[in-house]
Amino acid sequence: MALEGADIIKAAAFLGAGLSMGLGAIGPGVGEGMVAAKACEAIGKNPREAGLLTRTMLVGQAVSESTGIYSLVIALLLLFVV
Amino acid sequence: MDTDVQTIIRGAAFLGAAMSMGLGAVGAAIGEGYTAAQANDAVSRKPEASGDILKNMLVGQAVAESAAIFALVIAILLLFLDVPVHNVLEGAALLAAGLCMGAGAVGSGIGSGFPGGQACQGISRQPSVMSRLTTNMLIGSAVCQTPAIFSMVVALMLIFMDFGSLPVGPTWAALIGAGLSTGLAAIGSGYGGGLAAGASCEGISRQPETVGNVTTVMLVGQAVAQTPSIFGLLVSFVLIFKAFPASSMLHAAIALLSAGLCMGFGGIGPGIGNGKAAEGAVRWVARNVAFSGDLMRIMLVGQAVSQSTAIYAMVVALVLIFVV
Repeated sequence: MALEGADIIKAAAFLGAGLSMGLGAIGPGVGEGMVAAKACEAIGKNPREAGLLTRTMLVGQAVSESTGIYSLVIALLLLFVV
Repeated sequence: MDTDVQTIIRGAAFLGAAMSMGLGAVGAAIGEGYTAAQANDAVSRKPEASGDILKNMLVGQAVAESAAIFALVIAILLLFLDVPVHNVLEGAALLAAGLCMGAGAVGSGIGSGFPGGQACQGISRQPSVMSRLTTNMLIGSAVCQTPAIFSMVVALMLIFMDFGSLPVGPTWAALIGAGLSTGLAAIGSGYGGGLAAGASCEGISRQPETVGNVTTVMLVGQAVAQTPSIFGLLVSFVLIFKAFPASSMLHAAIALLSAGLCMGFGGIGPGIGNGKAAEGAVRWVARNVAFSGDLMRIMLVGQAVSQSTAIYAMVVALVLIFVV
C-alpha cells in the first residue's frame, strides 16, 4: 500500500469527522435526558404548569444541544470542506 | 506467507477473546454489586424479610450475569474455533467480534443491576407486592439485555460469515467498524433501559396500585432508549453486507472505520439520556398517576430531543459510508 500525503490527510480528516460527531454526541444526549427527567419530576409535583415546564425544558435542551451541533458542523467541515 | 496469515488470524482471535471477556466482565460486576448493596441495605431495614430479599437478589443478579456469559461464550469461541484461513480479513472479523461483544455487555450488565437492587429495596418496603416486583424486575432487566443480544448477534455474524472472497482493501476497516458500532452504541441503551426499570420497581413498591401505568411507561421509555443501539445495529449491517470496491487507499478504509466509531460513540449519550428521561417519568407516574398522560408526553418530547445527537451521528456515519 503506497501511502501518499493527500491520502493520509484525507484519512485523518475522515477519522476526525467520525470522532468529532461520535464523542460530541455523548454530552448533549446525557444532558438533555437529565433535563427531561427533571421536567417530568416538576410536572409530577405541579401538573398545572405543564405548558410552562415543557417550554422551559425545550429551551434548556436547545442550549444543551448546541455543542452537538458544533460537533456536527466540525464533522461536516472535515468531510466536505478541508 | 501462508503461515504468516494464520499467525495474524490466531493473534487477532486471542486479542478479540481477551477484549470480549475483559470488557464484558466490567458491566455485570458493577450491576451485581449495586444489586447486592441495595439488598444489604434492604435486609438491614427489614431483617425478617431477608429470605425473600436474598432470593430476589440472586434472581436479579443472574439476569445481570447473562451479559457476561454472552461475552464468555464469544471469548471461548474465539479461543477454540477452527476458522478457515482465506486471507487476513478473518483476523479483522474475529477481533471485531470480540470488541463488539465486550463493549456491548458493559451497559446491559450495569443496567440490569438497577431493577434488581430497587426490587430488593421494594420488598423490604412493601413485602406484600413481592411477586409483582419480581415480575417487573424480570421484564425490565430482560429489556436491558437486548443491546447485549444485538452485540452477540453481530459478533456471531462476524465469527461465522465467510469474508474470504472480499477485497482486503477497505473491508478490514468495515468489519472493525461494524463491531465497534453495535458494541459501543449498546453501552448507552443498556444503561438507560436499566435506569427506567429501576425507577419502575421503586414506584411499584411505593404505590402498588399504579403498577399498570408504571409498567406501560417503563416499556415505552425503554423502547425509546433502545433506539440508539438499533441505529448502531443498522450501521453494522450496512458495513457487513455492503460490497465495497477494492481500494488500496488508506482514506477509503478509515472512512468505514470512522463510520463505526461515530455511530458507536454517538449512541452512548442518547441511550443514557433517554433512560434518564424515562426514569424521571416512571418515578413520577407512580407518585402522581392522575397525570400519567402528561408525563408520558413530556417524556417522549424530551427523549426525542435527546435522541437528536444519535441521529446526527447516524447521518455522519452514513455519509462516511456512502458519500465520501
